[in-house]
Amino acid sequence: MLTIKNLKASVEDKEILRGLNLDVKAGEVHAIMGPNGSGKSTLGNVLSGKEGYDDLDGEVEFLGEDLFELAAEDRAKKGLFLGFQYPVEIPGVPMVNFLKASVNEHRKFKGLEPLSASEFLKLMREKKEMLHLDSQLTNRSVNEGFSGGEKKKNEIFQMAMLEPKLAILDETDSGLDIDALKIVADGVNALKNPERSTIVITHYQRLLEYIVPDFVHVLYQGQIVKSGGKELALELEEKGYDWIKKETV
Amino acid sequence: MEEQDKILHEVTSQEYKYGFTTDLEMDTIPKGLNEDVIRMISAKKEEPEFMLQFRLDAYRKWLKMPMPEWAYLKIPPIDFQDIIYYAAPKKKAEYESLDEVDPELLETFNKLGIPLEEQKVLAGVAVDAVIDSVSVKTTFKETLAEKGIIFCSFSEAVQEHPDLVKKYIGMAVPVADNFFAALNSAVFSDGSFCFIPKGVKCPMELSTYFRINAAGTGQFERTLIIAEDESYVSYLEGCTAPMRDENQLHAAVVEIIALDRAEVKYSTVQNWYPGDKQGKGGVYNFVTKRGICRGESSKISWTQVETGSAITWKYPSCILMGDNSVGEFNSVAVTNNFQQADTGTKMIHIGKNTKSTIISKGISAGKSDNSYRGLVKVLPGAVNSRNFSQCDSLLLGSTCGAHTFPYVEVGNKSSIVEHEATTSKIGEDQIFYCNQRGISTEDAIGMIVNGYAKEVLNKLPMEFAVEAQKLLQISLEGSVG
Repeated sequence: MLTIKNLKASVEDKEILRGLNLDVKAGEVHAIMGPNGSGKSTLGNVLSGKEGYDDLDGEVEFLGEDLFELAAEDRAKKGLFLGFQYPVEIPGVPMVNFLKASVNEHRKFKGLEPLSASEFLKLMREKKEMLHLDSQLTNRSVNEGFSGGEKKKNEIFQMAMLEPKLAILDETDSGLDIDALKIVADGVNALKNPERSTIVITHYQRLLEYIVPDFVHVLYQGQIVKSGGKELALELEEKGYDWIKKETV
Repeated sequence: MEEQDKILHEVTSQEYKYGFTTDLEMDTIPKGLNEDVIRMISAKKEEPEFMLQFRLDAYRKWLKMPMPEWAYLKIPPIDFQDIIYYAAPKKKAEYESLDEVDPELLETFNKLGIPLEEQKVLAGVAVDAVIDSVSVKTTFKETLAEKGIIFCSFSEAVQEHPDLVKKYIGMAVPVADNFFAALNSAVFSDGSFCFIPKGVKCPMELSTYFRINAAGTGQFERTLIIAEDESYVSYLEGCTAPMRDENQLHAAVVEIIALDRAEVKYSTVQNWYPGDKQGKGGVYNFVTKRGICRGESSKISWTQVETGSAITWKYPSCILMGDNSVGEFNSVAVTNNFQQADTGTKMIHIGKNTKSTIISKGISAGKSDNSYRGLVKVLPGAVNSRNFSQCDSLLLGSTCGAHTFPYVEVGNKSSIVEHEATTSKIGEDQIFYCNQRGISTEDAIGMIVNGYAKEVLNKLPMEFAVEAQKLLQISLEGSVG
C-alpha cells in the first residue's frame, strides 16, 4: 500500500522529517504517536501533497507509484485521504456541492459516470445513517461555523463518501468529547476492510481504545524511533514521552 | 407559445453568435472634437433640432469641466482630440484564421464554451457570411409590439419616438452631471432604447443581443429605459466572452426611469479587454448609470459582474424620489494583474419610507487595485428610510489592494443606515483542502470565489449566472499558488 523510505522534509531551513521509514500493508491500521513538534502533521501533509515544504527527499511508493510524481488532487483521487486536524472553512460553498464535486472527480478519475443528483443524495443518506450523523451539516457551507466536533465528524463523513484506500487521520481525536470520539472511531471501524489501510496520527492513547491499531510507531524528532503492537501505546500513556526522549538520547 | 420560445431562443443564440458586424463602407469624420464635429454627427444621424441642442449644451458644459481625479485610480492622460467621434468603422479582420490568434485567448473561449464561429468573430478573424435571420427577428419584435413595448436602437428611437426621447433623456443623468456623462451626451453614437407601457410586464429578458438594427457596442453608448406605471422589465447588458475592441476609451450612459409601482432590473456582465499580464493596453471604462424611482413604490435594481477593463469607473445609482421606492445594488468586481476598479453606488433617499440595499463583493488578485466607493444620502424629508450596505473584499495573494470608501449622510432621525464590511483572503489552506478532496486548484478557486460572490450571482437571471460563474473562475486563473 504505502512504503516510505528515508523521508526528509524541512520548513524554512528547519529539518522536520529526518529520514522516516514506514511500511503500511493493505488492511492494516497504524498509529503514529509522538510529542508535539515531532513531525506528525508534517508527515500527513507531505504525503498528501501540501506545498510549502523544502528539501523533500526519500522515496514514497503508494500503490506502486512514486507519490511525489503526483499532484495533490491526483493523490486524493488515487485513494489517499487526509482527515485534517484543522479543517478549513469555505464560506458560501454548500457542503453538499463541495462533496458532489469531490465524489464526481473521484469517479471521473476511475472512468465512471458522474452521479446524478438523486443518486448522490441517496449515497449521502446511506453514509449518514452508517455514521449516525444528523443531516444538518451537509446543508451548511463547508465547515463554516461548525463546532470542533462537527468538523471532525465531517471529515469522517467525507472519508465514508470517498472510500479511500489509505486514510491518514491527523489528530482526529483532538478537541472531541467522548461521544464525538466514539462516533469518529465507529466511523473508522465501520469502514475498515482488508483493502483499506488507516494511519491514525494522535498525541494521546485515548483514541486507540476505540480504534485498535495493528502497529504503533513513535515519531520523535522526525524519525520513527520505536515501533510495536498496540501495547506500546499503553506503555507510552503510562510512562509519557520523556521515556522515549531519554532512550533516544 | 412554445414554438415562439424556441424561435426566440434560436435568435438569441444566433444574434449572439454573429453579433459583431463589420461594415467597411461606413463613412468617417476627422479626429477631434469641436462644435462642427457635433453638428456633423447630429446631421449624419438626421436628428431633430432638440437632439442637436442637447449635444451642444453638453459639449459646452463639458469644455468647462475638469477630468475627475477623486477616484482611487491612476488614469494615464487621455487626448480627447485624438479620438474619432463618429462611427469609426471597425478595423478589417486582423487575422485570416484562428491559427494566428493568441492561443491563450482561444483557450479562454473554449473554457467559456463559445462556439468556433463565434470565437472567430470575437478574436477578429475574417468571417465569410454574417447570418441574419430577418424573419425570426420580426417575430421577436412582433411579440413585443403586441404588448406595446418599444425596444430599438437609440437612433431609431430618436427618429420614431422623438417625444419620448425628448421627455426623458437627461432626466436621470443631466448633461453636465459629470465629465464623462457630458462627453457622452455630446457625442454618443448609439445605444438602446426601451419603453414599457403602463401595466405591461415584459414577458422576456430584454438583452442587448436582441437589439435590432444596432451593430456591436459603441464607444459612447447611451441607453434609456422607461418603465411606466405598474410595468416590469428585466434588462441584460453585456456578454461573458472577452471582447476585443480597438477603442480604448469607453464612456457610456445608462438612464432608467421607473414610474409608479414600476420595477426595472438591470443586469450587466462586463468583460472588456483588461490589458495583458504586464498591464499593457486594455479598455478604460467610464460609465454613468443611474435610475430614478420617480413613482411611488417603484423599484430599480442594478446587478453587475465586472471582470474586464483596465480601468473601471462606475457607480450605478438610484435616486429614490417616490415614497416607498426601493433601490438595490448588487456587485461583484474582479481585478487581476494590473487592472484598477473604482466602483460602487449612490443611493439618494428623497421620498418617505424609501429603502436601499447595497451588496458589494470585491475580488482582487495579481497587482490590481479594487475599490468600493458608495454614498448613502438620506434627505431630511425621507423619513423612515432604511439602508443596508455590505461591502466585502476578498484578496488573492499579497500584492493586490482592496479599499472601501463609504460615505453616509443622514438628514433625519427616523431613518436607519447600516454598514457592514469584511476583508478576507483565499488561503492556500482552502485550496489544499479542495485538492485533497480531488478538486483541482483551478476548480477550487472557482468554487471559493463563487461561494463568496453567491449572494450577488443569485440575483442574475439563471443563464447569465451560469456564465458569470465560469467567467469569475477564468478571470482569476493562475492568481493563486
